[in-house]
Amino acid sequence: MLQITNLHATVANKPILNGLTLSVPTGEIHAIMGPNGSGKSTLAYVLGGRPGYEVTEGSVTYTPLVPSEVEGRVSTTLDTNGGRGIDLFTLEPHERAVAGLFLGFQYPVEIPGVSYLQFLRESLNSQRRSRGEKELSGAEFIRLAKEQAALLGMDSDMLKRPVNVGFSGGEKKRAEMVQMGIMAPRLAILDETDSGLDIDALKAVGAGINSIMRAPDKSVLLITHYQRLLDYVKPDRVHVLSKGRIVRSGGPELAHQLEREGYVEAAA
Amino acid sequence: MTALPTRKLEAFRYADIDALASVWSELAEPEIIDIAAQQKLQQIWLPGGDDVQIRRVELTLHAGASAAIFALNTASRYGRIELDVTLHDGADFAFDAANIGGGEATLEIVTIVRHVEPNATSHQTIRSVLGGKAAGSYLGKVAVMRGADGTDSVQSVKAMLLTRGATANAKPELEIYADDVKCAHGATVGELDRDQLFYAAARGLDPAGARALLLEGFVGGLWGSIEGDDQGIAALARNALRSIA
Repeated sequence: MLQITNLHATVANKPILNGLTLSVPTGEIHAIMGPNGSGKSTLAYVLGGRPGYEVTEGSVTYTPLVPSEVEGRVSTTLDTNGGRGIDLFTLEPHERAVAGLFLGFQYPVEIPGVSYLQFLRESLNSQRRSRGEKELSGAEFIRLAKEQAALLGMDSDMLKRPVNVGFSGGEKKRAEMVQMGIMAPRLAILDETDSGLDIDALKAVGAGINSIMRAPDKSVLLITHYQRLLDYVKPDRVHVLSKGRIVRSGGPELAHQLEREGYVEAAA
Repeated sequence: MTALPTRKLEAFRYADIDALASVWSELAEPEIIDIAAQQKLQQIWLPGGDDVQIRRVELTLHAGASAAIFALNTASRYGRIELDVTLHDGADFAFDAANIGGGEATLEIVTIVRHVEPNATSHQTIRSVLGGKAAGSYLGKVAVMRGADGTDSVQSVKAMLLTRGATANAKPELEIYADDVKCAHGATVGELDRDQLFYAAARGLDPAGARALLLEGFVGGLWGSIEGDDQGIAALARNALRSIA
């Protein structure tokens, strides 16, 4: 699904990623853990294509499984180059979303004056138009949004409010997961989705990730500071990021070891 | 017919005098609107089809009267809205207006609100979205006469510039001769928020769609308090935004 090879990236000319190599196979959930300043959020933003994050070396190849037909029409934009994958950096940020990539934000952005329903409906329909799929009607979209909000235990009336305005930290993160459910991506990159959550919200978010993304044709890159989300979302692999590169990889037990010993020792 | 104004006159300092000259001879006297005590008025001012559009109104609200005016200023060459308001005891005036234009458009909103008696309120909200080489202006004077205590006045003026060539002018002005008054004013000029644009892109919205949506959010709040049929002002504003986004 995702192959990152020797990735170097700078922010404001400062090197942050220094030769990061990582492979996330289709159907797997991988966790990236690391201390503050190790480059976790930079990795998420580079994969999402945020302006200001400059890739200086390396490659990222994205190979989503392509449904052979979408709504009766062969999909053209999800052409994965004959199975060899897409060079992610040739795609604009919105094209990455069209290709099935979802970026969950550590700090979801507020948009005063634009309701969540309008924001998500226009976003989803923009994606669908680009993929040659039929747009959802207002009624169809509201049904989908209510269904996904219920799954995350969010009052769907909140979606009538302006995007993230007046939402608590936990509500913003739940709303990110509702968005993920609505977009139904193939690859989710979740940047500290667990930060700022109380225990109930953490459980709900964990259950949301499992139900939306735990599937043989989907993958997740879960970027987190703490092990506790991994009690609810069991990763197939855990990687330790330090100074912009992966310094250690292991099974789920590595997360517990990190929690016990701290990053310095585990990364040594 | 009076002489054509020049830009030396404060109310015309940003005007497109050539465009004004083209319609000056046929320009009607200001429309007079008089609202009797305790009566209510709502008006929605939609743009017409002409490339030069000038609207001049003198509005008087007698004791306890209220008026809510919603205006969209989008003429392709020169659009000017002049509004001279006199507020008597306890009157309530609200003005929500947008300048939306691209190309070489000059769009102006020029208001004078006179609080001549106590306890009147005036609330002006102006939003400008300007692309191309367009210029949008708000010149707004609030005059509080002697004895007009309990005046409550707000001017909120925000502009969004989509290009380097676009210009916004904002000049809220206060002239206060009473003691017990509240007069708030704020003016900002900005551009589209990069974090918001990236957030929308990350959700799959194409760049033109993202800009249009954010601009609608910036302007859309103006029409929220319209009672009943909005006569299409929201849709016209949306179309105007999409044409310059």
